[in-house]
Amino acid sequence: MREFGYERAFDVSGAVALIGSDPDARFLGGGTNLVDLMKTGVERPALLVDVRELPLDRIELERDGGLRIGATVTNSDLAAHPDVRRHYPALAQAVLAGASGQLRNMATVGGNLLQRTRCGYFTDISRPCNRRSPGSGCPAVGGEHHNHAILGASEHCIATHPSDMAVALAAFDAVISYETADGPGELPIDGFYPPVGDTPHIETTLPPGALITGVTLPPAPVAARSRYRKVRERASFAFAIGSIAGALDVEDGVVREVRLALGAVASMPWRARAAERLLVGGPASAEAFAAAADAELAAAEALPDNGYKVTLMRNLIVAVLTELTEEVSR
Amino acid sequence: MTTTTGITSVAGAIGSGRTRVEGRDKVTGAARYAGEVPFAELAHGWLMLSTVARGRIRSVEDGPVLAMPGVLTVLHHGNAPRVDIDYMGMLGRPNPIVGIFQHDRVPFAGWPVALVVAETSEQAREAAEALVVEYDVEPHDVAFRAGRQDAYTPESTPMVQPETEKGDVEAQLDASAVVVDAEYTTPEEHHNPMEPHAATARWDGGRLDVVDSNQGSSWVANELAQLFSLDPASVRVRSEHVGGAFGSKGLSPHQVAAVMATTVLQRPVRVVLTRRQMFSLIGYRSPTAQRIRLGADADGRLRALDHQAQSLTSTVYEFIESSAVLGRVLYDADAHHTLHRLVRLDVPTPTWMRAPGEAPGSFALESALDELAEKCGVDPIALRVRNEPETGPVSGLPFSSRNVLACFEEGARRFGWADRDPRPGLRREGRWLIGTGTAAATYPSGVGPSTAAVTAEPDGTFTVRINAADVGTGARTAMLLVAADTLGVDPDSVRVRIADSDIGPAMIAGGSMGTRSWAWAVTIAANELRERLALGGGIPPEGITARSDTAEAIGALSKKERHSFGAQFAEVAVDVDTGEVRVRRLLGIYAAGTIVNPLTARSQFIGGMIWGLSMALHEEAVRDQVSGGHVGPDLAGYHFAAHADVPLIEADWVDDPVPGDPVAIKGIGEIGIVGVAAAIANAVWHATGVRHRELPIRPDRVLRAADEARRRATDGIPVGMEEGGTRGGPAEGGARGGGAEGGAPGA
Repeated sequence: MREFGYERAFDVSGAVALIGSDPDARFLGGGTNLVDLMKTGVERPALLVDVRELPLDRIELERDGGLRIGATVTNSDLAAHPDVRRHYPALAQAVLAGASGQLRNMATVGGNLLQRTRCGYFTDISRPCNRRSPGSGCPAVGGEHHNHAILGASEHCIATHPSDMAVALAAFDAVISYETADGPGELPIDGFYPPVGDTPHIETTLPPGALITGVTLPPAPVAARSRYRKVRERASFAFAIGSIAGALDVEDGVVREVRLALGAVASMPWRARAAERLLVGGPASAEAFAAAADAELAAAEALPDNGYKVTLMRNLIVAVLTELTEEVSR
Repeated sequence: MTTTTGITSVAGAIGSGRTRVEGRDKVTGAARYAGEVPFAELAHGWLMLSTVARGRIRSVEDGPVLAMPGVLTVLHHGNAPRVDIDYMGMLGRPNPIVGIFQHDRVPFAGWPVALVVAETSEQAREAAEALVVEYDVEPHDVAFRAGRQDAYTPESTPMVQPETEKGDVEAQLDASAVVVDAEYTTPEEHHNPMEPHAATARWDGGRLDVVDSNQGSSWVANELAQLFSLDPASVRVRSEHVGGAFGSKGLSPHQVAAVMATTVLQRPVRVVLTRRQMFSLIGYRSPTAQRIRLGADADGRLRALDHQAQSLTSTVYEFIESSAVLGRVLYDADAHHTLHRLVRLDVPTPTWMRAPGEAPGSFALESALDELAEKCGVDPIALRVRNEPETGPVSGLPFSSRNVLACFEEGARRFGWADRDPRPGLRREGRWLIGTGTAAATYPSGVGPSTAAVTAEPDGTFTVRINAADVGTGARTAMLLVAADTLGVDPDSVRVRIADSDIGPAMIAGGSMGTRSWAWAVTIAANELRERLALGGGIPPEGITARSDTAEAIGALSKKERHSFGAQFAEVAVDVDTGEVRVRRLLGIYAAGTIVNPLTARSQFIGGMIWGLSMALHEEAVRDQVSGGHVGPDLAGYHFAAHADVPLIEADWVDDPVPGDPVAIKGIGEIGIVGVAAAIANAVWHATGVRHRELPIRPDRVLRAADEARRRATDGIPVGMEEGGTRGGPAEGGARGGGAEGGAPGA
């Protein structure tokens, strides 16, 4: 393990200044992913700037009904917060579906957004990986990929984004705030994770040296009736092989508003806009849900061992929308 | 009885539940494990493993690394002390992987190529990761699959008889009204004990002293003595506490590396393996491809049992995963054939892993029995009753005791089996399909020579010396109960010394043989001591010691089929949308001789059952064909059951007296896992109507199989005729699928 420097920051501008333009410096949140990557040699930072003491640990209900979540809020606090549970239940469910109690006590919202893929080739520095080592190749395409992407991937990388939380944030149009030496900025989650293309090593559109300071959820009454469902290969403590955040508003059997985001199918949380477009204004029926799922998944490109995800996501979309419809009619 | 010893007769220590002697030390952190015992001047070694799967080491660029902070030496094939691997150890010839740094050949990915020793563990690791090793790479082959043309039948060994035959299997299959002919596969699985392998070696007054984590300190000491050409009396190995072993903790490269380094540096050296290194250095369970053919009369009486199992081994050593052995014990049939075949690949050598052979073998055989029950329209338990043998089905030898039917009877009663509707795919609760399944379990009850000493101390206490290894099972506590019971004294007046090769030779904690072997030796010594104390007289300051050696008594044992038995029951729920399988209930009832400590015995049974669940649904190491190494070899990538996967588990036992046996204790370490995966797979079939013959039963496989079954059903092809699956005809037709077009192992 490489020796590294450690600094603790107490204000945002100080944290940003400590990192500066040093490409070998990293912000340290809960460390639940970064420290693992340091142990395996994927990350070899020269300097860690600990941001856990920054005054970014609040969750505030905004006047317009939206929610402002600080970047150092822990997963545990996020999932337990009454406003989150009341207004965005799928977000609380998503966070609780991830990791373990101990990890959720440590992990932070900012770090969660910046989690790295758990692709077994990415995490092993003895193997090629375009994401870790640009141009070295992607052994997953012809190798082990049963839990890899079916949407938006490229021949250069088929890894998935591991976050559960981000899937719910994508469904609710989260806006990510950050700070740089040049001042603050904002990015909608829709543009936060760039398409893979031939640059899988570019994992976010954050400017260099930027520190995530928080996440804002715009007001979304539809989110009050939402749920997150995660499918994994054991009952707990595993990353998803498929997940979904859904919200639905139905009146007289007609879909008024719907939000759908899919997890573990792409290098980013996958907002299912094609399905949403098809559903709005149409009947809240199993047939309509299946047709919407098919429309969204028409673009899916399966490799030999991950084609089941098309069936899985179709089933999940229909199941979750059906459950939400039943909830409406109760 | 004398007043000086203060003996008061206390009956029945055996069978009383007692918490672990060292339990408090373990939960408070006071118990030190091999990687934690402090030594002055300790140096730390870090192993560097090959990144290529086959080839030769061209160079080890140790120069730059030697200049790094704290680095003391770099050992590799160019400079390491020579060792001798041409010897016969307690369990046969050594695996050549213990002959590290002796040549430039790399036979698999993860072969040790260098050891960097430094003042601190961090410095050693940083230097090892900076060490450049150049290879001349050769093409490798790591592709395990059924029906490989280069599979061969190994020679018999003292451990495994690869092939047995009785009667004419083909003729009996032809005469059978019902035939099951199916192939089953199990993946590569790894032990992953909680405590990684660790050893500290030092020279102490002319003796080699090794603090280690192993399953038998006499065993490891003997191997080290032979490997380094040392007088056995000059080697001492201790392993006070062991955080799990499961077959993986014998002699491995880390002890050898530590001994080499301490010899070179003349100061204590510690080598601890990382989780990832464990995936290539300590052995694992081979994947298996098994074909089972059962031929039966319409009522389920077996005419033929043919079990052919293919597994893999390395290019440097032969290990047979003896998957086909349990049919030799479990079922009567007019004709029997069991066969093991091996494929040599550029992979690490597999080894014993909890219930070696029986664990994967029972998945195949006990699934096939369930398929036969379905075809015959016979209840799975009734089918087993119908095929219960009088004597060893192949050997013809009598059983020392056999109470497997009592296990089924008691299990069926507790599980509510009588109310079960045998038809599959009928029970639904919301999005879950519900099913139940059962399977038999068996594991040999072996024994190995051991010595013991029991001392009556002047203060009225007793000291037992038996070189047992407590690998987390509660062996230390079990020996305490055995001694107290035999002496007829309060267990609190007995202390037990274990896990030190200086105590004297004893059986390893392996093969479910430890407790039976050690208890035998302790009982003989304690009985003799009791008799001597009964003569009266005082206790001298050095105490009175009685010793035992069971070698002769074991040699005089009559030839019998000696096994533990059990019956496993499972209830599962299968999510129709996602293919997720959740186990709702597990019940295991065992017949395993005298249970010494019910508290820790139940833990062992339950632990085995959880592992069986894990094997059924989760565990699978994935090998990358291109690199020849694993993908995700750590606890993030290699899944086993989490707490949330483990449901209500009940484990209990029936009376199982063993008439005429000197100890009447059988092993319980392995049997808990045997049959569990089959019981779960059978329950998944009962829930869904689809057979799963490939482990683990992952959601993607369940989804695919359901899709396939639906597609075939709409095409008019009956479920259960999947490719690579059952090819037998329906019971009523008596038709029989033949041939081996699926590429069966051994075909």
